[in-house]
Amino acid sequence: MADITVTVNGKAMRRSVPDHTLLSEFLRETLRLTGTHVGCDTSQCGACVVHVDGRAVKSCTTLAASVDGAAVTTIEGIASGSDLHPMQAAFNDHHGLQCGFCTPGMIMSGIDMVNRYKAEGRALTPDAIRHELEGNICRCTGYHNIVKAIEDAAGRMTSMATAAE
Amino acid sequence: MSEGIGARVKRKEDKRFITGKGKYTDDIRMENQAYAAFVRSPHAHARVNGIDASDAEGMEGVIAVLTGAELKADGIGNLICGWAISSKDGSPMNMGPWSALATDRVRYVGDAVAVVIAESPTLARRAAEKVAVDYEELPAVAHADKALAKGAPQVHDNAPGNLIYDWGIGEEAATDAALAASAHVTEMHITNNRLSPNPMEPRSAVATFDESEDHYTLYTTSQNPHVARLVLSAFYNVAPEHKLRVIAPDVGGGFGSKIYIYPEEITCLWASMKTKRSVKWTADRSEAFMTDAHGRDHITTAKMGFDKDGRITGFKVDTIANFGAYMSLFSSAVPTYLYATLLSGQYNIANIYANVRAVYTNTVPVDAYRGAGRPEACYLIERMMETAARELGLDAAELRRRNFITQFPHQTPVIMAYDVGDFGGNLDKAQKAANVAGFPARKAEAARRGKLRGLGYSCYIEACGIAPSAAVGSLGAGVGLWESAEVRVNPVGTIEILTGSHSHGQGHETTFAQIVADRFGVPINNVSIVHGDTDKVQMGMGTYGSRSGAVGMSAIVKAMDKVEAKIRKIAAHQLEASEDDIVIEGGEVKVAGTDKKMAWHEVGLAAYTAHNLPAGMEPGLKEGAFYDPVNFTFPAGCYIAEVEVDPDTGVTKIVQFTAADDFGTIINPNIVEGQVHGGVAQGIGQAMLESVVYTDDGQLLTGSYMDYAMPRADDVPFYTIEHNTTVCPNNPLGIKGCGEAGAIGAPPAVINAITDAIGSNDLSMPATPARVWAAISAARPRVAAE
Repeated sequence: MADITVTVNGKAMRRSVPDHTLLSEFLRETLRLTGTHVGCDTSQCGACVVHVDGRAVKSCTTLAASVDGAAVTTIEGIASGSDLHPMQAAFNDHHGLQCGFCTPGMIMSGIDMVNRYKAEGRALTPDAIRHELEGNICRCTGYHNIVKAIEDAAGRMTSMATAAE
Repeated sequence: MSEGIGARVKRKEDKRFITGKGKYTDDIRMENQAYAAFVRSPHAHARVNGIDASDAEGMEGVIAVLTGAELKADGIGNLICGWAISSKDGSPMNMGPWSALATDRVRYVGDAVAVVIAESPTLARRAAEKVAVDYEELPAVAHADKALAKGAPQVHDNAPGNLIYDWGIGEEAATDAALAASAHVTEMHITNNRLSPNPMEPRSAVATFDESEDHYTLYTTSQNPHVARLVLSAFYNVAPEHKLRVIAPDVGGGFGSKIYIYPEEITCLWASMKTKRSVKWTADRSEAFMTDAHGRDHITTAKMGFDKDGRITGFKVDTIANFGAYMSLFSSAVPTYLYATLLSGQYNIANIYANVRAVYTNTVPVDAYRGAGRPEACYLIERMMETAARELGLDAAELRRRNFITQFPHQTPVIMAYDVGDFGGNLDKAQKAANVAGFPARKAEAARRGKLRGLGYSCYIEACGIAPSAAVGSLGAGVGLWESAEVRVNPVGTIEILTGSHSHGQGHETTFAQIVADRFGVPINNVSIVHGDTDKVQMGMGTYGSRSGAVGMSAIVKAMDKVEAKIRKIAAHQLEASEDDIVIEGGEVKVAGTDKKMAWHEVGLAAYTAHNLPAGMEPGLKEGAFYDPVNFTFPAGCYIAEVEVDPDTGVTKIVQFTAADDFGTIINPNIVEGQVHGGVAQGIGQAMLESVVYTDDGQLLTGSYMDYAMPRADDVPFYTIEHNTTVCPNNPLGIKGCGEAGAIGAPPAVINAITDAIGSNDLSMPATPARVWAAISAARPRVAAE
């Protein structure tokens, strides 16, 4: 068993988990945060993407024990109260989801790529978005509206950040 | 009206999905829940001489290990195929026995022989590995043509030569004569590659047996929970219908693969009764590749004859369809009534004959996958047309125009009667949007960059809105294919729509509310859609075959007609007017030409208070309807793909993809276009990336996303979408359906574009860089070695 201290969606907690527990399992089964999904067993589909200390990781191939001391953010933790995160709102506005299963991972990857490109001063073009989505598979949307949603959200996140400064 | 028919309304259901609050089957946790893991055959074909579960049973936390012998002893029935197809000689199809847990023989890699029930999923899996099965390997066969060869391994004892049926449609002698008299005959050998549907949510089931009530509850990943209950009850003897509740909550995509009732759901239900525990099973992706019904897998030889003016004289088709190891629920209908009946395409063809042989192999069962039979027909016809145009030296669009059906209704020689369409108009719109006129300049520009640019057409037609019950019954279907709906107007005026359709990505909670808003003038937020639960909705046939709009929504309209009739009576009575003068608009019920009116909610309240209703009228405002379509619907369109090929590597990029679709009336363009995007991506996947690969002896080589190439964001382009609407005359909303078009129309457009670019017709799907490169090399004139 591993004793871990972890902050999940802003809430600090201590838990004791079997050593082999995956982060996805810890979130879904121990904390019952079932918005993080598992769609494959080879770390390809990205339905399980969460943020660990602000960086996107695939929770299906991360041991819960390895996030000891870290801050984990899941799809349930990105809205501010009833205000959706701009990435969530953009997915709704652009019809960027159909069955919704890959959506949490898409949104978490989308936020991560916007933040990274912004930090690196690079332009997040539609081609760059498509390239960055290499690790997220969607079977419903044909990606068209997902790319549009992330592109739009990137603009909204930047203007929000500018407004806050 | 801003929320009614045709409005680009944002989806109501999105909120729970974008906030992580969707409720999928694997998110359900019951009290006292245990977990199932299946013991699966590693062999494609083997005799099972014995099962020793003692090691597994001895493990702490293992509740039970159950086998097929016990399942059989408890009277659980074999899985069935629900559509009877007879061979040309009148003999019935050869359906081999399929037990949810194999007893004496396993027939594909993944065939389950036992199930372990344990306190945790990990423990169940570990214990499953400890179950020792004594297999005696048998020779196996994976490919359909080899299964028909003399001396091939026999998959089922009751299907000699592995033949399930040898079926035909059309007039063979007349077609032969037409071909013989033709000025030109195009002949092709076409393979339609085997695919795995791959909804992102793996299949899952949570079964609970309540001993005190003799009652079962099953949460499951189903596109049609009522069909699941019917089959589980009537054929698999799990429980009578009134003692079995099936709930399909949020379902993460289906594409056909979640129509069927699989061994795992049957086994979980039975195991919950045996162990007195709730039993949960969730597939991992490898299990999905090994057990979800596959799609396509046809081998076809075809001849198409033309007269001296390029008009089609006859079309003869010989197809072998791989059914895998067992006949899945609707498998038999796919290469017959969903394939051969569409072989006329968009064209006037007087003579058609098709022969279809269905065969067993030692592979995963094959059944309907997005499009189901129609993609195979479309791919065949549209590759034939493009190839014929090249052979005849005609423009590919011009050859199609010469042969388009222009008069409707049109009776084809293969059963289907097309009701309406505008095939030339679809082609015009697509050509304009794709700027076909500018293609030569783009090709020349690409050539300067060392790239081969090609353009390919596909003019698809499909039969959707499945289906008129009596018609399909006469063709062998075991069920009727109507849909049901109930409209409940509450005393406060809000509305609940109960539907037998099931939404697993299609956005019914929005579009179904839109047709109610359009009719009654209430905001869509005052309308909720109830579906997916056999305790709430009495009966339904579910969602597949692009039927939720054309059939499911028609049932809602029919129920709304009845509600409206009652509203008219109530309002006429209360407002002292004639029923004929009552109009419903803008959330009010008015008397035309006067200022007399009732607010919408006042009518609901009047119906339920029942203080002042017309004499003899029952209180309440709730009506149900069953809608049975009178014909299939015929969505059709034209797709144009434009590609660039790197001749040095074979790497192909789709640079432009244009779709001009005729779906009839469109309720919500956002959702319809989303369906096209997704369908086209799956079609591009089939054309360029995806293929289930088996070794000759039946080992599955594509068992994960490491091996099976799913389309990713950088494999597909932005799509250009046009609509060219002719309204369907046969249902109240004029809807044709849009769910499958992309997957049907896209593959031939892509392959025709690549073959145009490389100057060779000899290319199979998936057109991987290696295959494209090889095709370029083979077509290149040989340079002497010395």
